[in-house]
Amino acid sequence: MNTNVIELHIWQLVAAYVFILILLAIVKIRGIKREKEILISSVRMTLQLILTGYILMYLFENESWLLTLLVLLVMEIFAINNIYRRVNVRISNQLKKIIALSMVTGTVTCLLYFIIIVIGLRPWFSPRYFIPISGMLIGNSMTGISLGVSRLVNDINNQKHLVESSLMLGATPKIASKEIVDNAFDSAILPTINSMVGMGIVFLPGMMTGQILSGVSPVTAIEYQIAIMLGILGSVALTVILFLQLGYKTFFNKKSQLVFESTESKQ
Amino acid sequence: MFRFQNVTYKDIINIKSLTIPSKKIVCITGESGGGKTTLLKLLNKMISPDSGEIFYLDEPLEELDAISLRRKVIMLPQNPAIYNGTVKDNLLIGLKFSEKAMESDDKLFISLQSARLNKKLDDSVDNLSGGEKQRLALARVLLLNPDVFLLDEPSASLDEETEKIIIENLVAQCKQNAKSIIMVTHSNKIATTYSDLIIRIDKGKVVNEEAMI
Repeated sequence: MNTNVIELHIWQLVAAYVFILILLAIVKIRGIKREKEILISSVRMTLQLILTGYILMYLFENESWLLTLLVLLVMEIFAINNIYRRVNVRISNQLKKIIALSMVTGTVTCLLYFIIIVIGLRPWFSPRYFIPISGMLIGNSMTGISLGVSRLVNDINNQKHLVESSLMLGATPKIASKEIVDNAFDSAILPTINSMVGMGIVFLPGMMTGQILSGVSPVTAIEYQIAIMLGILGSVALTVILFLQLGYKTFFNKKSQLVFESTESKQ
Repeated sequence: MFRFQNVTYKDIINIKSLTIPSKKIVCITGESGGGKTTLLKLLNKMISPDSGEIFYLDEPLEELDAISLRRKVIMLPQNPAIYNGTVKDNLLIGLKFSEKAMESDDKLFISLQSARLNKKLDDSVDNLSGGEKQRLALARVLLLNPDVFLLDEPSASLDEETEKIIIENLVAQCKQNAKSIIMVTHSNKIATTYSDLIIRIDKGKVVNEEAMI
């Protein structure tokens, strides 16, 4: 099946930019001031993908565990920084450390299980598999934790009164914040669960589409897609629960008192 | 029972020396913003002093476990939280939080009567008025049977007659069971009628202690 791949010529790729021109025309006519952002994002996407293409080509031709782990490290750092920027609340340094720890521990644990047990990759660091799979696990976990952080901090901020009343009735910090932690977990994993429901009917996931376009049998493509989706769910759940289990504690001190420093909204 | 030694908290509390006796009805009065609620919160370790020491039964609060202390010295805040669900859920949640054995419906009903709340156990809390919520929270605290009740304006949302009945009942129960009440109140009438000791706080300082005979 691999012989059917249509190689895109440069002019064909250029032709696709016509969609950007259409968008620019729409915002120009309607007077929506977004031209700059559209241009910057198009240029950034193009340059970033070209660069990634060349880097991946280099990595695939020079397979090495060291290089693969280096890429994993860069992805983790990028994802963690992205979480810090994306959450709409101010977060304490202690909470930032917990976000980083949960991201690394959760994604790496799931990644190793997936690579070694589920697909039995040999060698384990083969970048053609290792890098895209880690990208998907890290990217989705990043979104999950971002949602979890925002929900946890906002809820503790808005429900200080309830948490404090529970402490006054003799609740431990764990019991006093249980409902908030559970709700944060739920809202963090819900998008992943919802995307599983629509998968294959409402939309075809990117990885599967990519494999099919590059000539892989749809049956093989869906096998990978099912496996990766389960891996993503596991990784999101593990990173978010790790974050929440450690994160709620930063809102209490050793005397089981609610501390307020880290619970203000970002201005 | 409680002893203060040079206790300061931010610029809200500055108490050189204060002793609150046990098994008594103690009222704390004073202008609003004078530090009365902060004083209560210091007693059950919801906050800790910046300097000085507070002792409970001759043990420094700093050395006592906050959770165990709060299960013996329970605070009813001025605007207590009401949790989603029924009247019964709200009564049981206190027992659950403090890891005590669940009580029978009869016992729950008696606590409602003590707080003069005429509601069924399976009534929803959604339609309760401010005063009814305050009485439900009081019933929840009564059910926990602590050694010390810290009550912050427990009758603020009640009419005078209900206030009188509830406080009278509460005081009688505490005297009978040798419990202590430390109650913040704006009502001089309540303070003078029921207290064994009135402590007047102004700008974080104890300005007057008056034993009632």
